[in-house]
Amino acid sequence: MGKGLFPRARFRIAGDRGLLAEYGDAIHPDVHHKVRAMAMRLQEESLPGICEILPTYRSILIVYDPMVTGPGDLQQRLNEMEERLSEVSIPEPRLVEIPVCYGEAFGPDLAFVAKVHGLSIEAVIRIHSAPEYLIYMVGFTPGFPFLGGLPEVLHTPRLETPRTRVPEGSVGIANAQTGIYPVASPGGWRLIGRTPLRLFRPQASRPFLYQAGDRIRFIPISEKTYHRIRQEAWG
Amino acid sequence: MEAFLVVTPGPYTTVQDEGRFGFQDMGVPISGALDAFSLKAANLLVGNAPGAAGLECTILGPRLRVLGVFDIALCGAEMDFSVNGKPAPQWETVRVREGDTVNIGQAKSGCRGYLAVSGGIHVPVVMGSRSTYVGGALGGYRGRILKEGDILKRDPQPPVKRRLTLPGRWIPRHPCEIVLSVIPGPQDDFFDEALTVLFESSYMVTPKADRMGYRLQGPPLLIKEGMPPSIISEPTMPGGIQIPADRQPIILLVEQTVGGYAKIGTVITTDLGKVAQATPGDTFRFKRIGLEEAHGRYKDHVARMRDIAAHLAARQGPGAFGRTSVERR
Repeated sequence: MGKGLFPRARFRIAGDRGLLAEYGDAIHPDVHHKVRAMAMRLQEESLPGICEILPTYRSILIVYDPMVTGPGDLQQRLNEMEERLSEVSIPEPRLVEIPVCYGEAFGPDLAFVAKVHGLSIEAVIRIHSAPEYLIYMVGFTPGFPFLGGLPEVLHTPRLETPRTRVPEGSVGIANAQTGIYPVASPGGWRLIGRTPLRLFRPQASRPFLYQAGDRIRFIPISEKTYHRIRQEAWG
Repeated sequence: MEAFLVVTPGPYTTVQDEGRFGFQDMGVPISGALDAFSLKAANLLVGNAPGAAGLECTILGPRLRVLGVFDIALCGAEMDFSVNGKPAPQWETVRVREGDTVNIGQAKSGCRGYLAVSGGIHVPVVMGSRSTYVGGALGGYRGRILKEGDILKRDPQPPVKRRLTLPGRWIPRHPCEIVLSVIPGPQDDFFDEALTVLFESSYMVTPKADRMGYRLQGPPLLIKEGMPPSIISEPTMPGGIQIPADRQPIILLVEQTVGGYAKIGTVITTDLGKVAQATPGDTFRFKRIGLEEAHGRYKDHVARMRDIAAHLAARQGPGAFGRTSVERR
């Protein structure tokens, strides 16, 4: 059994329309894998009365229509599904490459991050752009991916006072996590670079480039390339 | 077709429908009318489908120049409502004509008024909904609150044949002391004495009350010893009562997608309209309720909506539109 996994789902009542199924108590790829498998299974089954299936780090929130179903029925079905879970084959997660221009102009905190860890700026860029990060959750603002797997040498606390406006595309670090701000918003993560990609297109048939369970790798690019891609992506 | 020219917008007027579903796991909140019942009632009174887009007006409504002949209805908060300076009735169909001025003034009781127009407000459908999410500059009228000079369109729909009125038994009141029914959980096991405190105290609505959530002030709610101060972030439901580090509860609403603090309880779905109609300074008391009873209330509410729709449809027989209670010049 993987680290932090529960032997069996634990259920919580989230009001008169929500049932929360927890599959573990840790932020860990094994727990998230289970969550993803269960969420996929649920999507396939399309049980009557299920309105929304919302997977995150270690749990799934199921929003249901009380006119059709209830937590008793749902728990039973979820337990049955969990027992047969080994039969479910999960498609390989997609790897999404995100070009990032690291440094001064786009990442006002890059120098700070390098300094507190006693690294050169080049080393921070090399270390940050090496892993394939797992998207544990998308939330906070539309398309904001919470990425796990940041190498420990880069773990950096949030800003004490959040910025009132972080530009769209900013790539940041908060403790053990890294992430991207797809839309401009307030934010307290340490900003180390910016992607020229447009990560949220509300009018498109597919508004997002990725979803929870996918992986992201950052590709360092020059300022010149940033401006070229930005022009193509945003017009 | 054109419906209104916005003369003055009011402080926070947005286009809302039933909400945007299916994208909460991508960080896109459901949005939609905070008091869903009032928007539905207003729509039914002008002959629309209950989920058509209307205007949600907060505390003070807009002043609108009418650009056609159609029906409107204002439900929700009790507001100073007039057409061409003459008082107009709420919870009732009001026929307006080109050149009329509709004024929605200060809320006298309640917080949010819902204005429906024949056909519904026409704005692009974005990710399945016309609701505005201002934080994401998404949906509604250009993703923002209304401004002076905006021109609002509506979808084509003939006026109703007969003026409709919602009978008083179905019109909610908006007292300043509000009782909300709450189901403990999802993290009620994080609390012991705090559950007693929650159900025996009253909490005041602070000025930090918006579509994301209502911050309340009252006796602190302590997480019991040995439990962590926060949880691994998880999706939130409207009505979840989150207890952050300052131990003062926040009722989460429709513009929140995830939260990292324990939720001591969840306000039942059919009481969320009461939260929407509360203003800073009002007080909430919380009443513990079981899941079964809550589901009973939910089913009663669905049945009531069906009764209302049937009642209004039955009055839509043949015959001319009656004399409006707003006298013509």
